[in-house]
Amino acid sequence: MTVRLQSEPFEPGVLLTRFSAGRGETGAVVSFTGLTRAEHGQTTTLELEAYPGFTDAEIGRIGEAAATRWGLQDWLVVHRVGPIAPGEAVVFVATASAHRREAFEACDHLMDYLKSRAPFWKKEHGPDGARWIEPTDRDRTDAERWET
Amino acid sequence: MARVMLFGRLADIAGWRETEIDASSLSGLRDTLTATDAALGEALAGPGVQAAVDKVIVRADVALTAGSEVAFLPPMSGG
Repeated sequence: MTVRLQSEPFEPGVLLTRFSAGRGETGAVVSFTGLTRAEHGQTTTLELEAYPGFTDAEIGRIGEAAATRWGLQDWLVVHRVGPIAPGEAVVFVATASAHRREAFEACDHLMDYLKSRAPFWKKEHGPDGARWIEPTDRDRTDAERWET
Repeated sequence: MARVMLFGRLADIAGWRETEIDASSLSGLRDTLTATDAALGEALAGPGVQAAVDKVIVRADVALTAGSEVAFLPPMSGG
């Protein structure tokens, strides 16, 4: 049940090995690793900004809700912040449960959230300069359906 | 003095990320920021820009105290 934001690169295999260790009652560990795309040379660096204390708390809330909904035994989110080079891992999510279906679905759900609504601000640096990536109007109205 | 933080493109527009401003309410703080920097004021009023006081999103006006932390958050892009 951990959220970690870090500027240092991470090794997904090491995270998965560590997350999977010592689990006598776990039948399934599902993990997802997101890499930064070069977009055919259009992205030279991706820069992710987070609000420490807010971003991790929001992700933690979603993680806890997912843990309750799918009965997870454990979950882990590691997310890079700061400048990230193409090919580097930007996000790692792992879920552990007694049976596989719950771990698959919770991991998928957590990634949907992290990719669309998690409090990050993303700047793409490329040959033509830098630009902030913001959700489209459609993304915004889709997301607002869940706000009550 | 409230601690004021800008994220994403808001910091680029203002040319700063963090400062301290004397304000007794969130609306008063917005007025001060807008009076100082019209472009920032316009950006703060733009679609999808949210304010968080002490790391909680607020939609109405709230009172600020000396130790308040106010963050202006443009639309979140996800990771």
